[in-house]
Parts: sequence; structure tokens; C-alpha cells
Amino acid sequence: MTDRAETDARVKVLIEPFNKKGVDVTDATRFAQDLEWDSLTVLDFVANIEDEFDIIITMNQQAEIETVGQLVDAVGKLKG
Amino acid sequence: MPTNALRQAASEPPSDGTATDLFSKFDALIETREQLLSTGLTDPFNLVMEEVISPTVAICNGRKTILLGTYNYMGMTFDPDVIAAGKKALDEFGSGTTGSRVLNGTYVGHKAVEEALKDFYAMDHAMVFSTGYQANLGIISTIAGKDDYVILDIDSHASIYDGCALGNAQIVPFRHNDVEALEKRLGRLPEGTGKLVVLEGVYSMLGDVAPLKEMVAVSKAHGAMVLVDEAHSMGFIGEHGRGVAEAQGVIDDVDFIIGTFSKSVGTVGGFCVSNHPKFEILRLVCRPYVFTASLPPSVVATAATSIRKLMHGSNRRAHLWENSKRLHAGLKALGFKLGTEEPQAAIIAVIMPDLERGAAMWEALLHEGLYVNLARPPATPANMTLLRCSLCAEHSAEQVGEILGMFEAAGRKTGVIG
Repeated sequence: MTDRAETDARVKVLIEPFNKKGVDVTDATRFAQDLEWDSLTVLDFVANIEDEFDIIITMNQQAEIETVGQLVDAVGKLKG
Repeated sequence: MPTNALRQAASEPPSDGTATDLFSKFDALIETREQLLSTGLTDPFNLVMEEVISPTVAICNGRKTILLGTYNYMGMTFDPDVIAAGKKALDEFGSGTTGSRVLNGTYVGHKAVEEALKDFYAMDHAMVFSTGYQANLGIISTIAGKDDYVILDIDSHASIYDGCALGNAQIVPFRHNDVEALEKRLGRLPEGTGKLVVLEGVYSMLGDVAPLKEMVAVSKAHGAMVLVDEAHSMGFIGEHGRGVAEAQGVIDDVDFIIGTFSKSVGTVGGFCVSNHPKFEILRLVCRPYVFTASLPPSVVATAATSIRKLMHGSNRRAHLWENSKRLHAGLKALGFKLGTEEPQAAIIAVIMPDLERGAAMWEALLHEGLYVNLARPPATPANMTLLRCSLCAEHSAEQVGEILGMFEAAGRKTGVIG
């Protein structure tokens, strides 16, 4: 498993509890439009991602993230 | 209230060359509102007070109404000394300053209210803003620069989030009142960077108090500066009414306290007090302080008088606590679900099952002759609909009894309680 694939798998596990509509999650899945997450769900989810990877994703960085693929890439960069 | 942090794709532009209506982004809200009001409900966000009789009673829709949704915690708005000071300043200094604090807008009254704040908090510096909102906007956006971090509680007030948005620091939120979540995030930040931890003493939606003792200690251990917004605790919590930081014994480790004149003080305005030796430079670099007109002379005169009276307000504080405890226990006994297990402040939040029943209950209370705040998402945590009750030191024991009776009647009428 590549490093990205491993990150991707871990991110998807964390998405599941918030995936209330049972959306089929791919790199292109958008958090706001497809998963229909509100601000509080986003904050809870981001906190879980941060703890899982021991990183910080500032709100400034979050503003650049629209899709699951972008998040996986961002996590890859942040965990260095 | 945070805005949605993750990026949202822009909606498709119309392809037929017509202009995009900038208001279309509000369509969903307009629809929700119209649906709610189409049931014949009184608009909860459009109430007019026709007459104000005292800090606790007003005439609304021609009906005498007990006020249980103001931030007039200490009941200072009709204090005779406060009113007299305002009238005198109006006569002697006119209706307004028409200028910025740093140009022609600083009168003796502005210096006097800053002196009153320094005495009230026993701190070296005080800076008065035109509103509490601007105090947070100004201090946070000015002291946290591009490479600094602001670490804040997720449930922070809009003025704190807007202060972050106005500045360009890196923003790191943590779960509400969670000391471990704060500590973890502080530990992950790069060493040697500037850090500002922003906390509130009392969170106004649920009326819960922050574990400041632990949070301030953790912040200091990680080399962060700490700002505490004590808007909802001033005058009421702590031995001298200095707030939750005083009550929990950590006020000396707090770098900045933000407060407002629009709650216990009973007028309008905001402030920051601090012992930082370089604090005064903020008067030249803080844009929400510089680029706005200063408070009218009558406002600073009423504020200064009120603040000095609040220093001797221990009897009022004791009565307000009694009111808070009695209302909390009474509502709990009636079967309402409350925001906190025990009363922690002068705010008691009654949790409604949903917006529809919350709005119906709000209206039923108004018909009973009681005004409370209806709070709804996105202002509330976890999408809750709340009826927020804020008590006043001037509420009599009889009024608290009447209030409980009204809650019981309205609760049964709307089916919120059985």
C-alpha cells in the first residue's frame, strides 16, 4: 500500500460515522455539496482527522479543501 | 458561531447572460422564515418594546411583559445615579463626539471610564471601544499577525470568529471546553511561534462556564498568551465581579480581558484591560479602535458611574445567584431540559425539541407575558433551538415565581412538557 493509499483508507474510516446519507466516497466527493456537512460536523470531523494523524489543519488551510482527495493530499503534506 | 470552514463550490453562473442576483444565497433562509411565519406565528426576531418600565418589565404588543431575555444582569439601566450622570454629560458635553478616539473623540469622560475599568479590574491599562463586538474584532485582529496562531474554542462568539477573519493569523479551533483538546493542539504547534488562546468565561448560549483554571495553566505551559472574554460574567461572577478568571483564581495569568458595557454595565461599549507593558501602542494600530467614532459623552458617563457602583454590588450579586438557582431548580422540576446540570451563570438555557416547537413555546410565553430569547442555529451549538433566560438582580422573588408559572402554562399548552 502506498503512503497515499494508506492515508486515504484512514481518512475514509473517519468519514464513515458522519456519512449519514451513505454516499459512495471517492476522491471527488465534496464535503459540503455531496456529504452535506454543516459547519459543526466539519469541525468534529477535522478534530478527529487531527487526532488520528497528530497534525493541525488550521481553518485557513481548511478553506482550500473542498473534496476528499484534496484532504488526503493535505494530510499527506502536513504529516510530512 | 463558526462559518463552514471547508471550501464550498460556487453555484453555477446563469448561462443566458442575465445578472446573478447576489441575494440568491439567502433563498434557503428566506424560505425557512416564510414557512415558519405562514403558520401565523409572531416573528420572534421582530419584537418591539413599546415602553420600558423597569429593568425587568416592558410593554410589548400593548401587554405588560416580564423581561427574562435581556443582558441587564445587574439591573443598572434605571439606576438613578447612572441616569443622572448621563443627563449631566449630555448637557455639558453634547450628544456626540463626532470623531475617533485618536483625533477629536477623547473627552474627559472617556478617560474617566478607562480609569473606572482599571480600578474595577485592578489592572494597569484599559482601552474602551465603541462596542464589545469591536473590542474582540480589534484586539484579536491586531495582536495576532500572519505567522501567529489563534487557538479558540469552537463555540466562541461571532465577534471572536470575526476578529480572526479580519486578521490573518492561523486559526485553530478546539472542541468546546475540552482541556485535553486544547493541550493537544498547543503541543502540535511549531515551537517559538506566537500563540493567542481565546476563551470565554461564560458561554452565552448554554450559560456554561469554562474550566479556565486548567485551560489558562495549559496555555501558559505552552508559552501562549491568553485572552478571556468575560462579557457575560462581569459584575456578577468572582469576589469583585471581575469574572470567571477571578472566581477560578487565574486572573493574574490572563493577559487580556475583553468585556462590554452592554450587559451588567447597562449601556453600550466594549473594552480590553491588560497589564501588558506595551499595551498602549494598540491605540495607534488597532483599526476598529481608530477608524470609528468614539462613544457619546452620556454613554461613557453612565458606564463609569455604573462600573464604580458595581464594585460595591455584592448584595445584588447574591440576589442574582438566588434567582438563578431558584429558576434553574424550578424549570428542572417542571420537566424542562436545561443547558447545564447546575446553574453556572445568570443564563439558563431551556432546550427545545425543534425550531417549530421552540418558536411556538416562545410565542406562548409572550402571550403569558414573558419575554425570553429564542436562539436557533447557526448561533447555537449542535443545531439546538434554545429559549434563553437571562436573569436580572432586579427580578423579585415574586417575579421568579410568576415566571415559573408562565413556563408551566406555556409548556403544557405547546406540549413541550407533559
